[in-house]
Amino acid sequence: MAARDGGQGLVIASMISVVDLCKIYHMGDVEVPAVCGLSFEVARGEFVAIIGHSGSGKSTLMNMLGCLDTPTEGTYSLDGVPTQNLSDDDLALIRSTKIGFVFQQYNLLPRQTALRNVEMPLVYRGVPRGERRQRAETALRLVGMGNRFNHRPKELSGGQQQRVAIARALVGSPAVILADEPTGALDTKTSEEIMGILQSLNRQQGLTVIVVTHEPDVAAYANRMLTLRDGKLVGDGPPPRRPIAAERAPERVQ
Amino acid sequence: MTTLNKDGAGASAAENAALMDALPPLDNTGAGGVDLMEVVRESLDSPLANKGRAVLTMLGVIIGVGSVVSLLALGAGAEKEITSQVQSIGTNLIYVVPGAPRSGGPGQFGAAQTLTIDDARAIDALNLPVNGSSLQFGGSAQLVAPAADKYAQVAGVSPSHFALNELTLASGSLFDEAQERAAEPVTVLGANLAKDLFGSGTAVGLTVRMQDQTVRVIGVLVAKGGFSSVDDQAFVPISFAQQRLFGARTPDGNSYKVALITLSAKNAADIQAIQDRIAVLLRDRHHLKADGSGDDFQIVNQASFLSVLNNITSLLTAFLAAIAGISLVVGGIGIMNIMLVSVTERTKEIGLRKAVGARGRDILIQFVVEALVISLLGGALGLSLGSLVALAVSVSGILSATVTAESVALALGFSTAVGLFFGIYPARRAAQLNPIDALRYE
Repeated sequence: MAARDGGQGLVIASMISVVDLCKIYHMGDVEVPAVCGLSFEVARGEFVAIIGHSGSGKSTLMNMLGCLDTPTEGTYSLDGVPTQNLSDDDLALIRSTKIGFVFQQYNLLPRQTALRNVEMPLVYRGVPRGERRQRAETALRLVGMGNRFNHRPKELSGGQQQRVAIARALVGSPAVILADEPTGALDTKTSEEIMGILQSLNRQQGLTVIVVTHEPDVAAYANRMLTLRDGKLVGDGPPPRRPIAAERAPERVQ
Repeated sequence: MTTLNKDGAGASAAENAALMDALPPLDNTGAGGVDLMEVVRESLDSPLANKGRAVLTMLGVIIGVGSVVSLLALGAGAEKEITSQVQSIGTNLIYVVPGAPRSGGPGQFGAAQTLTIDDARAIDALNLPVNGSSLQFGGSAQLVAPAADKYAQVAGVSPSHFALNELTLASGSLFDEAQERAAEPVTVLGANLAKDLFGSGTAVGLTVRMQDQTVRVIGVLVAKGGFSSVDDQAFVPISFAQQRLFGARTPDGNSYKVALITLSAKNAADIQAIQDRIAVLLRDRHHLKADGSGDDFQIVNQASFLSVLNNITSLLTAFLAAIAGISLVVGGIGIMNIMLVSVTERTKEIGLRKAVGARGRDILIQFVVEALVISLLGGALGLSLGSLVALAVSVSGILSATVTAESVALALGFSTAVGLFFGIYPARRAAQLNPIDALRYE
């Protein structure tokens, strides 16, 4: 990992490169542009927040960054791989090898243990069972769930479930972690814990992290904030304040 | 800087760096393909979590496979029974009967009048590898005894008939060559007929009247059982039947007609050759075409009888099994129904799996395997059920029904086919789900 200590804006290589990205939906005969004309780059090891109100197009952008959807115009390269015009199977391969998703609702498989939930993405990469298990255990330890391997989601709190989900995103060594409203279902204190984990992974492991949110408080953990409004990029800069979860005093200090 | 969590399972920055080294980048081609063992393992999760539903889903397949297996076992048992009964009539027998072979329709088996005693003598003169031959000419007549009377078949036969057809005496004696030559009015009765005419008392030495002739009973046969009619027949010397009972003189007045010539081959392997030589001889004697197209006789053997009968049995069995197979189809529809429900219930899970990199075909395989697991499990249970039915029938002594390897293969093959056929549609629906919509599904 060349960018392990490049967390603070030191650009080594461009992880994400978006040029003139457009997504236009067709509602009958009407063309509805969800996002249009987006251009930006994300460097390896950056922690970026994409912020916007509902309807700003941030979910559409998130889906395209996550290779769940393809743009109607423009180009998007992830880790040097252009993703437009790829088949569904190729997109699945990119998701499998380069992207780790974290969702608002955790999306864990309810009947399976934390360990098997974390192993699951590796099943589709054909990783042998022993290696799968070992990596899943490592990933769970990384998010502080080393003592919860065999718990099922029901037996875990929301924060713990989200940690398992982060471990699942980590387990395949992705190029980027995409977190879609990762704290949307959590209380403030647990949100801080989860954002702390993401921040720590970014600062200590040099992981590229992108968080999509509508909450400025959450965006404040990032070191760069992209603001979307009505499908257009209207702001790109550091967040207004940047709490470091790990170093925060009990009371909020600027 | 310890912080990743507050559960005491935390790791320092240095420890985390070490942990990260334990998560090295994976081979990015990701071309290893899905781990099938894991897919099979996961496919058990859903049925195990919904046991009641899984069992109800399987019920159709259980009943379908169970009835196919038990019907096939009963059919095989019936076929075996028929074979053994036909073989109880005698083995290696060849029958020559008058009349042109007809294709289809109820034949006038033995009714034509183109076979004569002279033909039979010519066949004997061929010195074929046979244990012996016998002639038959008969008809039906009212048999009148002092206490009862009965309409029965009266078969005029050569004395050798009894040995050839493995008929044995219960009491009295058989008629011999001298009695046959003299056309003596004597008869040997089948077991049932003797009982019908004379009750359970002794019949030997008493007389019956048939066609205005008084005939002395000299013997009663052992009951042969099965579906052959010998037990209900009366046997008389063929000369007596030809001359005194049924008037069998040929139109030219020089010979007597014969309705059946029976030969017993020494070896089963010789049967075809014997048949061929008889056919050539008769065509020559009757001035018929050598290619057999104008034949006025037929030569059949027991094997061909047996194959006709067994064809009928197999056809019936297949017909019944096909009807039972309908419930398999219904069971398959049940599986499809539940799999569709399962796909809908697990839309979000499918979206997640796709988001983390499952391809359409990975999802397809997973749901097809799940349908296969249900149908194969149902097939196995149905197989046990069918075997139990077959066992129960065998134990009760109606038939010896045996579950053959073929029907096991058929049952499992069928349930696999049902699982595949009815599993693919729901699985395709799952595979084609758009991950974005699926993830958003509540």
